[in-house]
Amino acid sequence: MNNTKRVYLDNAATTNLDKEVLEEMTPFFLDKYGNPSSLHTHGKEAHTAIKEARKTIAEPIGALPEEIIFVGSATEADNMALFGVALANKERGNHIITTKIEHKAVLEPLKKLEKKGFEITYLDVDKQGFIKIDELEEKTTKKTVLVSIIHANHEVGTIQDLERIGKMCKEKKVLFHTDAAQSFTKTELDVEKFNLDLVSLNAHKMHGPKGVGALYIKKGTLIDPLIIGGGQEFKMRAGTHNVPCIVGFSKATEIGMKNMKKSVGDIGNLRDYAIEELLRIPDTRLNGPIGGKRLCNNINISFDFIEGEALLMHLDLVGVAVSTGSACSSTSLRPSHILTAMGRSATEAHGSLRITLSKHTTKQEIDYTINNIKKIVGDLRMLSPLTKVRE
Amino acid sequence: MVIEYTEKTIEHFQNPRNVGEIEDPDGKSMEGNPACGDMVSLTIKVEKDKISDIKFKSYGCASNIATASILTELAKNKSVDDAKKISWMQINNELGGLPKIKIHCSVLAVDTLKSAITDYERRNGLLKEDPDELNEKNIRQRLKSVIDPQTGADIISKNIVSNFNHNNGEISVNLKICKDYESSEVIEDEIREHLETLNDFESVNIKYSCK
Repeated sequence: MNNTKRVYLDNAATTNLDKEVLEEMTPFFLDKYGNPSSLHTHGKEAHTAIKEARKTIAEPIGALPEEIIFVGSATEADNMALFGVALANKERGNHIITTKIEHKAVLEPLKKLEKKGFEITYLDVDKQGFIKIDELEEKTTKKTVLVSIIHANHEVGTIQDLERIGKMCKEKKVLFHTDAAQSFTKTELDVEKFNLDLVSLNAHKMHGPKGVGALYIKKGTLIDPLIIGGGQEFKMRAGTHNVPCIVGFSKATEIGMKNMKKSVGDIGNLRDYAIEELLRIPDTRLNGPIGGKRLCNNINISFDFIEGEALLMHLDLVGVAVSTGSACSSTSLRPSHILTAMGRSATEAHGSLRITLSKHTTKQEIDYTINNIKKIVGDLRMLSPLTKVRE
Repeated sequence: MVIEYTEKTIEHFQNPRNVGEIEDPDGKSMEGNPACGDMVSLTIKVEKDKISDIKFKSYGCASNIATASILTELAKNKSVDDAKKISWMQINNELGGLPKIKIHCSVLAVDTLKSAITDYERRNGLLKEDPDELNEKNIRQRLKSVIDPQTGADIISKNIVSNFNHNNGEISVNLKICKDYESSEVIEDEIREHLETLNDFESVNIKYSCK
């Protein structure tokens, strides 16, 4: 394993930290370690850094600094948005609308709310993973308090039309939340234009540190905090600030936004090249849309007759890190709920491979990966009893 | 999710033994289900009551391939009776231990061998009892092949099944777990998959009960 080349193509799981980001963070571990809630100079130093970070993150999404609440992860932001809005708006209604392709960080809190008497509507998606706005409109009732729809899907990269959804939510006077963990700095995100009331963000999918996220909460939104006992973050999220990570989040946002246009274009071109090459392999299909409505760094392909975990393990043995929607790789032993919601069969989900690029991915790395995939898929198909059955 | 495979499991996965299909076999079988993501097929050649050759094909995860591979090594050159005695525990031990969530792969491998031997015995009029007959013993036997991925144990030994009965091909199975138990969906699918191939099977009704 030590002599093997290593190619990291699982950037939807997490990314490497930018060196510049680390450099920005380091002083806040070593020298400027004050608690931003303290009144002395050490504290003020940290407080100023957080204030700056809030501004840096708010600005590109069209938010006000005080509308950004720092939390521990996008998962926490999702939990806060859902539980917080559900509890605070109980008197207004108990109905929440979401989709069948959300991240577990949205689905599981909603399952819990369902048990507590909330009504949840799970919207269907089409074959490419898009919701139907008409269906959303139809399902919205007087009891609907919140619509939560993932911006760019983490498995298949489908980017929803938040502008149209937001417009509808505004007309119906329903709060609108999106999980933008995958999309931030990879596609347009504008809280004004999209009429968003709540947005979950994080740093580690865009070369920032792990352990920090944010929830955008539009001014005036009725929401309860989840974590209390200290008054931090405008009494919306208690706990001593993770100052170095917040600073890192801010730097990663700055770099991400500065290079967005070029980086999205370059990564997208490499993505399209890889998709084209992979689809040359017989009996393969792309999951999700093509072009601009697909996240620039996402590839998700199903290979007939074989199972994704075996493919993933073989790729790992030649140093390539990817992910799969196969049941074998999940703790529940169920195939990806996203691929099945898109109408893929369980077998197609088992044979799926997710490859997610970053700004560091090179054509050489893609070629190395594709060559290995071709060989491994061939070997596994030789081994598979299904290959013969279907011939 | 991190899956910890032993070196031996990885070695068998990378270099599977006895891959393929024997032409004109004395017994063959295919078990598992593509919808569940794992399938194994076996072909065997029997000479003088001994398994002289065995070959497998596999659709499934790394441990599915590794368990089938090591099974063929263990079964080769064994007498038919001894081959029948190979247990999933033995496969598991040979590989140095599988993660709990992967134990079902070793069960599938062993069940596939058993059904290849049954096929051989059926072809040669050696079958004493039909394992596909719908009766209490065979239902129990099949439920013993259903593994709870949370514990890595079968649902009979772990007392997850409180009781079962059958009437005119309709089987009911009562489980001592809650419907929202983490692996209830998998257990339910596996029960169905194992019972529906019994002769005269009509339906299975699975009930949950928990405190």
